[in-house]
Amino acid sequence: MVFGGKLPLTRGVTSIEGSTGGGLSTWALVAGNETEDGVGASAFVTRVPLSDYDFSAYGVAIGFFDRVELSLAHQEFDTGATGAALGLAEGFTFEQDIVGLKLRVLGDAVYAQDSWLPQVAVGVQYKHAEHDWLLAALGAEDDEGFDVYVSATKVVLDQSLILNATVRGTRANQFGLLGHGGDQDDEYHAEIELSAAYMVTDRLIVGAEYRTRPDNLGFAEEERGYDVFAAYALTENLTLVGGYVDLGSIATFDDQDGAYLSLQIGF
Amino acid sequence: MRLALWAALAAWLLVLDDAPARAQEGEEPVAPYVQSDANAGATPIDDPAVLAAFNGRDGINRIVDRTVDLSLEDPQLGPIFQPFDMVRLRRTLKEQFCYLLGGGCTYTGRDMSASHADMGVQTRDFNLLVQHLRTAMREEGVSNRMQNRFLAVLAPMHRDVVQR
Ligand code: HEM
Repeated sequence: MVFGGKLPLTRGVTSIEGSTGGGLSTWALVAGNETEDGVGASAFVTRVPLSDYDFSAYGVAIGFFDRVELSLAHQEFDTGATGAALGLAEGFTFEQDIVGLKLRVLGDAVYAQDSWLPQVAVGVQYKHAEHDWLLAALGAEDDEGFDVYVSATKVVLDQSLILNATVRGTRANQFGLLGHGGDQDDEYHAEIELSAAYMVTDRLIVGAEYRTRPDNLGFAEEERGYDVFAAYALTENLTLVGGYVDLGSIATFDDQDGAYLSLQIGF
Repeated sequence: MRLALWAALAAWLLVLDDAPARAQEGEEPVAPYVQSDANAGATPIDDPAVLAAFNGRDGINRIVDRTVDLSLEDPQLGPIFQPFDMVRLRRTLKEQFCYLLGGGCTYTGRDMSASHADMGVQTRDFNLLVQHLRTAMREEGVSNRMQNRFLAVLAPMHRDVVQR
């Protein structure tokens, strides 16, 4: 068993849902610094202070042989002063737990630079939100649900680029914080996550992400999300991510944007 | 059958004739093999801007020497390199990098699979060498973009160097 050994940043960063990715989207890379000869792990905390809410997430992930990823994440969506305006208590906090399993099925993002074939992974995220009585009152069908996805990631070293595309089957409302399915739409939909990043150095990448999302609840519109970010590998174990994110309208409050700050450790 | 024998003999004679002539002072002899630029494991980058970014053959030579020095100093890689002929490795690596970067050199070494057979190199070792190469290229003033263009050529050799 060999610990560590990945090239800087090739373990990606941790998305807000706990799976390895960019910030907002899931990628086909596997958590931890391990290679195919070992086991690795990572942990993260992310804060996203939005216009009228405070979003935060933290979690851990284990990578097995650069092939399988098991992740656990907890998300909190603090309504702050907005809570009272929504008819909830001030500081009312939506919360959910996410368990993720990802399997790398084919291709190689990093070494196969003589092929266009990306690294492809399939995965599932089980999400369970709290306050089922409230979610039901808001029109959600379930307080728990599954997202399934296929991700394709390629480092185009020749161009110093990292590209990712993910298709996600989901019924989640606001990532699942507002449950799954709704009075307006209860079907699974294929949503898309796109990311592109430029490698300024082997330790600093800057990029942008775009993610479409379902719009299931009658009481409030849900929109696409996007972000621009910079990820800097301070050491082989510590990565800092900073950016700007825009999640559109959330629970009747429009134009929710703000800073994206994340700290990640990996072994 | 007879043709194959003659071909093998011809190749052997060619090697006998060629390899020692190119080998430099202080190198240990190696078992005969067929010489070819194809042994370098990739097609050269055909862009003078890349060669210029590496400061030509002088820059390439400095980068190879520095990479080998850093690897020998490395507690993980040092013991892997130590038992082998570093005079030959420096020469063949310089030829290979020069050939792949469009510097007009001929590569006279063995292919990547034969060079690393039974060595037990793992991905972690490969990545450590990449890091040392990056350090050497950075010290030579090679921009990150140009470093990546060269590493894109080397990266697929992972499947021949890391054998399992
Ligand atoms: C893309 C990566 C690599 C390239 C381009 C490369 C290139 C070469 C070349 C050109 C030779 C000389 C061949 C000859 O003597 O005919 C060689 C030999 C050798 N390489 Fe590599 N190599 C790579 C990765 C590695 C790694 C990761 C290690 C170990 C950590 C390693 C260890 C060695 C050793 C010990 C020899 C000497 C073998 C002998 O003399 O029999 N190489 N390599």
